[in-house]
Amino acid sequence: MTQTPSQTVGPYFAYGLSPQQYLYNHTSIASGNLRTPNTQGEPITLQGRVLDGEGQAIPDAMIEIWQADAKGQYNPTDSDFKGFGRFGTGTDPEAKFIFQTIKPASVEGQAPHITVVVFMRGLLTHAYTRLYFSDEITENQKDSILNTVPEERRNTLIAQRHETPEGIVYQWDIVMQGEQETVFFDV
Amino acid sequence: MNQQPRDWEVHPPYLYPDYKSTIFRAPSKPLIPMKHTLSESTGPVYGQDSVGKYDNDLTKNGIRNGEPLGERIVVSGRILDIDGRPIKNTLVEIWQANAAGRYVHKVDQHNAPLDPNFFGGGRCVTDENGRYTFMTIKPGAYPWGNHPNAWRPNHIHFSLFGSNITNRLVTQMYFPGDPLLQYDPIYQGVPEKARHLLVSQFDLSLTQPDFALGYNFDIVLRGHNATPFENQ
Repeated sequence: MTQTPSQTVGPYFAYGLSPQQYLYNHTSIASGNLRTPNTQGEPITLQGRVLDGEGQAIPDAMIEIWQADAKGQYNPTDSDFKGFGRFGTGTDPEAKFIFQTIKPASVEGQAPHITVVVFMRGLLTHAYTRLYFSDEITENQKDSILNTVPEERRNTLIAQRHETPEGIVYQWDIVMQGEQETVFFDV
Repeated sequence: MNQQPRDWEVHPPYLYPDYKSTIFRAPSKPLIPMKHTLSESTGPVYGQDSVGKYDNDLTKNGIRNGEPLGERIVVSGRILDIDGRPIKNTLVEIWQANAAGRYVHKVDQHNAPLDPNFFGGGRCVTDENGRYTFMTIKPGAYPWGNHPNAWRPNHIHFSLFGSNITNRLVTQMYFPGDPLLQYDPIYQGVPEKARHLLVSQFDLSLTQPDFALGYNFDIVLRGHNATPFENQ
């Protein structure tokens, strides 16, 4: 059979896909908050902007993340950590995506990482990328996927760790075009 | 199991200049091929517990003081993998404009009335045969700013998960015989041979006599390909 073609998520996804974040009167299946006070692991905030080819922050993108837990497990059966988050860039005044999650552990010997899926008006097919962590220098150097990326572009996949009074924040912008264009994968 | 790659002969390209918003948003560098790891062969699981009582009935889930206006339709179809096997118990999310072509979204400024009894968002989970079913209102066409006198054809947005994160699909369902399809750069961005896959079919067996018309829309996700080339 033939795959059904993709289409853009368009500008009006919010009330369907992330209604609670945008204050519509409908439940959401996922949000920017992946953890509870009981979730094991290092609590982190993961944030950034999505920048277009003119350097403008995009206020109608939707970012999804998929990650392992602090034991390196996907879909763990023994906790309430779902590992999936979804956040639209339309509610933050600076058009940031913001995830409250935990730092994942290594999976299958890979460096700790998070799968990121990017949707927006103007993107007819969603884009896949990966986020790695700036404090995992040794692991990143050994990572088999990161090593398939030309060296001068690897920095586009590495979120920068900041220790703030509010906790650990990883800062990472997604750049759609240009010199600093984020690496997107054919997954 | 071989993971079926994304078929770039059916998916639209990132840059499609007739659709103006692609110009500054399309990735410009080639994608880097990625060998799948556990991170790609897993994905979130949303079952029946993520769906509320009226979530699959958009003629009921937004009611405040009466029935929503417009033409009632049943929209149903099967979610299949590339080998035609049903994808059971997978979440289907939809959103759409009301019968007048107006979205509930705060950013939508189209000069057409909101319907106080229509929200336009819904979800359901596929059954044992991979089938989903929604009751809704046929969405209206609406103008947009892409080019002079641009109108989006009637459509319903779909979001699917499938069996892992690489099966993720967001798409749009159109209606048969819509004269706007030939002018719509979002639809035309799909390679010609695959465009018909986005057009639903009128299906008499889905209609409800004296109540609603019916359209069938099947969706094929990447899924696994049962080739003999294991572990290649």
